[in-house]
Amino acid sequence: MALLEVQGLTKKFGGLVALQSVDLAIEDGMIAALIGPNGAGKTTFFNTLTGHYRPDRGEIRFKNRSLRGVTPDRITHAGICRTFQNIRLFGEMSVLENVLVGMHARIGVGLADIIGRSRRFYARENQAAKRAMELLALVGLEGREEEWASSLAYGDQRRLEVARALASKPELLLLDEPTAGMNPSEAEGMMALIEKLIGVHVRSVLLIEHNMRVVMGISHRVSVLDYGEKIAEGTPDEVRRDARVIEAYLGLGKQADHA
Amino acid sequence: MKNRIFTAGLVGYILLSSLLVYYFPQSVLAFLAFEASLLLIYYAPVSRAVKLSLAAATLVVVLPLIGTINGYYLEIAIQVGIFVALALGLNIVVGFAGLLNLGYVAFYAIGAYLWAIFGSSQANEFISGGYFPLSQAWFFVFLLLSIAAGALTGALLGLPVLRLRGDYLAIVTLGFAEVVRALVNNLDKPINLTNGPRGITPIERPPLFFQPLLEGLGVAVDPAALYPLYFYFIVLLLLLAIILVTRRLEDSPVGRAWKAIRGDEIAAVAMGIPVVRMKLLAFAVGASFASAVGVLFAAKQVFINPESFTFMESIGVLAMVILGGMGSIPGAILGATAVTILNLQLLKGLSLWLNALRQSGLVLTLPLIGSLDLSRIPSQFEPAKYERMIFGLILILMMIFRPRGILPPQKRERRFDPSTSLRTGKLTTGGDRGEN
Repeated sequence: MALLEVQGLTKKFGGLVALQSVDLAIEDGMIAALIGPNGAGKTTFFNTLTGHYRPDRGEIRFKNRSLRGVTPDRITHAGICRTFQNIRLFGEMSVLENVLVGMHARIGVGLADIIGRSRRFYARENQAAKRAMELLALVGLEGREEEWASSLAYGDQRRLEVARALASKPELLLLDEPTAGMNPSEAEGMMALIEKLIGVHVRSVLLIEHNMRVVMGISHRVSVLDYGEKIAEGTPDEVRRDARVIEAYLGLGKQADHA
Repeated sequence: MKNRIFTAGLVGYILLSSLLVYYFPQSVLAFLAFEASLLLIYYAPVSRAVKLSLAAATLVVVLPLIGTINGYYLEIAIQVGIFVALALGLNIVVGFAGLLNLGYVAFYAIGAYLWAIFGSSQANEFISGGYFPLSQAWFFVFLLLSIAAGALTGALLGLPVLRLRGDYLAIVTLGFAEVVRALVNNLDKPINLTNGPRGITPIERPPLFFQPLLEGLGVAVDPAALYPLYFYFIVLLLLLAIILVTRRLEDSPVGRAWKAIRGDEIAAVAMGIPVVRMKLLAFAVGASFASAVGVLFAAKQVFINPESFTFMESIGVLAMVILGGMGSIPGAILGATAVTILNLQLLKGLSLWLNALRQSGLVLTLPLIGSLDLSRIPSQFEPAKYERMIFGLILILMMIFRPRGILPPQKRERRFDPSTSLRTGKLTTGGDRGEN
């Protein structure tokens, strides 16, 4: 049984078909990549998966349970968490607080605990802070917990987004262009981090990425979207040789065939 | 060492300013100097324990003593306390959760009318049996009840409107407040619930339950002199409770959720925060504070009518929060104090001074202008008449030079300290700071 199963997912914005009957399955322990030219519908796919958009048709099953009509915050509870392509950190909060926000659903203290400052409040809060520190260390942000999130360098902000997403204890982690704007060595670091997560912090990862070195380097399975349709799927090598993929990326039309 | 010098300086300043008030009981300046001592305590580089004990001594001992010299100062302190409490409540909604609420005064009105109706003979109009006014002891019950009533109305208003954002929410809350005001203004028929624009009076005050004790100690009790002191301490206690609850909420998953929603709602949802529920909570908590303060207000004033709950009141409290610094507890306190003192003391004081000048009949000879007969200064120049204008100017200047307020929220010193045991009653990240 796959961890995530998407069948016939369709999303339209007015006349524009952003996703056209997309199927996708993510197995346990897998790093899957979703690639495609700009505007192919990759981020729309994420937004639909996490409940921000309501699909027009199709079925999303996570751990064999349907996510139809489930609100985004409940989907996070269920075990899917994401990062954003255009970084969406809480700029006016510290690095540590950003990660703690990610734990919101898991801390489990009630209003009475908070106002009465019960033993459970301290135990849970301190436990959360400890885990947040561990996650910050994992992504390489140890010692930066007091800084404001907005003051971090770009690459650090991307890593903080990963730590914040991990804080919600997701089983499936969705990464939207995790290495965008990073230099090659930073991207290497991010690749190593993603591989380290599998089986320890998350069960599977689905990433959207433009950097082919990253995609080909770490993913077990690659799906290619073009104009909202899945045009190819397979191992990185298979996808790399697929004629339709090359066409979608390089824009080789009929003229090229005739030439 | 430095600590000691500053402590001594603060104590000296407090004593000196209190003496000033003692010798010049009518001087606004003397009382302002005294009030400034609290600000000095807040800013002085002394330890938290010193700050807390000095502030406590000033508020619990010195200020009531000054109040026995000039009762008006107690009245000012009570008014300041009421507005600080309102500003703290609104700060949760606007400052923490980022929800623009332009109708906050509605919840204040709900609390005030709750006690006014049942704490006076008004309720006899629609409940037969002559049970009303309820005995004074019920005041405390209603104080608690009003918290629930405020939270409930806050949540009820929140349910349909919290899916709106920004400007839309502001307009709906504004409308809600006007609806509440129109209701209390017109619910004198067919059943007389609120007595309409004539207002309700007399409203019962809280019981002097300590009277026998004082008499036993041989202290003569004059309720007229005692009530201001009594209200002052009730306000102080209520305020302490509000500050405590607000701080604890701020340093908790709830406070972080509010700030996250204010920062980026989409990201907050994606992190698993139940946004609508958290917004409702902010609305309910803010409303419950306002409602409790309303009960106190009704009991203190003995008379209330719809005029006390106009849109300008909502705007006034909002301005206090903005002036002080949105999302900052010390900011809300300072903003409310500064604005209230400005209105009640500074502008009135300046007007009195201008009047005195006029009556002195002096004729000044100035260069360029020539001679100026002070008695001919028109009464339109009285600063008290420009309250709103001066206030508006201050707000404009603030927005230009200090857009985040006088005391904007500070970056929290929250270094994780692994040496703190995970299970003790202390946060490893050093939250739970003292009250200021």
